Amino acid sequence: MNDVWQYFLDHRDEILGWLWPTVWLAGLPLVIGLALALPIGWLATRYRWTYGPIVSGMGLLYTVPSIVLFFVLPGLIGTKILDPVNVAVALTIYTVALLVRVVADGLSSVSAETMAAASAMGYTTLQRLLKVQLPIAVPVIGAGLRVAAVSNVSLVSVASILGVTQLGRLFIVANTNNEIPPALLGLIMFIVLALLFDAAILLGIRALTPWRRAVSG
Amino acid sequence: MKTQLRAAGNGLPGLDRVSLWFNDPANWWGPDGLVARIREHMVYTVVIVAVAVLIALPVGLFVGHTGRGVFVVVGLANGLRAVPTLGLVILLVVWLSPKITITTEIPYLVGRGAMPYFLVVVLTLILLALPPILTNTYAGVQNVDPAARDAARGMGMTDRQVITKVEFPCALPLILSGIRSATLQVIATLTVAAYVPFLGGLGSYIRDGIGALNDPVFGYPAMVAGGIVVAVLAVLTDGLLNLVQRFVVSPGLSGRGSKRSTRPRNTPEPFAEAQLADA
Repeated sequence: MNDVWQYFLDHRDEILGWLWPTVWLAGLPLVIGLALALPIGWLATRYRWTYGPIVSGMGLLYTVPSIVLFFVLPGLIGTKILDPVNVAVALTIYTVALLVRVVADGLSSVSAETMAAASAMGYTTLQRLLKVQLPIAVPVIGAGLRVAAVSNVSLVSVASILGVTQLGRLFIVANTNNEIPPALLGLIMFIVLALLFDAAILLGIRALTPWRRAVSG
Repeated sequence: MKTQLRAAGNGLPGLDRVSLWFNDPANWWGPDGLVARIREHMVYTVVIVAVAVLIALPVGLFVGHTGRGVFVVVGLANGLRAVPTLGLVILLVVWLSPKITITTEIPYLVGRGAMPYFLVVVLTLILLALPPILTNTYAGVQNVDPAARDAARGMGMTDRQVITKVEFPCALPLILSGIRSATLQVIATLTVAAYVPFLGGLGSYIRDGIGALNDPVFGYPAMVAGGIVVAVLAVLTDGLLNLVQRFVVSPGLSGRGSKRSTRPRNTPEPFAEAQLADA
């Protein structure tokens, strides 16, 4: 463990410089992905026949390995291979692929009675969606978001194979120099980062669902 | 000449080069050809998943049946999910491979000097394939209708019989989706793991291509070609295992073959639930 700490101290500036790109590469796709998945997921619940094709299409996207997407994208969208945008776009695609189904299932899990009650109270379809369906679906969508966040953080490290600068560099350095400390340090930092993302989303879910505490407490 | 081959202004040979790559038989056959790479990738995958199933299935059935060790299983699965695959592979390779002195070759699968790396990568991927199978098996047994279990006991079945004749078949849909996601994960991770020297499989196109990106044949076009094949392999495997799942699961569970389905329509596929439930 001392070796790991020593390695960190020796390369502090470099490693802290890699931290920020790692955070935004994992975090931004999560936000954009959620923003895209909400309307698509809603579409799949609003028009039932679209559910099958949308969910299987997303499943198909999800089976494409990340590393493949990372380097095929530059050929498709004309970016440079080292451009971090490739990673952000690829992870956004994964986030959407994972969340669309979760959003659709979350929205349609709201009971018919609740929906009818909201309509009877004079809610329009849009109001009902935003004020009733969406809040009730928050725990389900949040659980999906947590899975996406943890997998995004881990996938960012894969991009270092292509040379995109972020904390995954530590693994490449470990491999090239045959050193254990950077690999261990990288593992620890990625796991801590994943846990921080997870905790942040958990707090968000808690803040958005005050009634759950009222019931259980 | 070279500038002519570059498209889209990103300095890489254009994607049109990829079809040229596929059209050249020299890239398909021979010891380093595409066919050999696909075979390596598939054999590695089958070996890894088979070992993972042999470990995770009995443990999952035991934990689900007895309820003992649930905390360990769920904790392990969640913990491993946060571990970056590439990091774990590299850590273990740097740490363990120099200590392995086995030099055996396996013709067509493990080349000269590759054994120490191969063993470590396989070990790591087995470790990473365990959580989805383990949690799904456990969740599948947990989800078995208590009435079915009681009925089995009432008929005088022993613990062993309850597990093999009732719980296992009932949990099979979830177990199979666990195996499916483990298999897809292994196919994808093998591609990443090829970053480690000497390892075969389709990831070697990426490892070799990175060093010579601008090469119009072995650089970017070969990488994309290898990438496309990995993606196709993953999608086909997914479809195949889906099919297996459909035909292996008891008709009484899947509703196949009977007009009255016991499961409501649009029931979310079990795996998504299990995955989210333990998250």
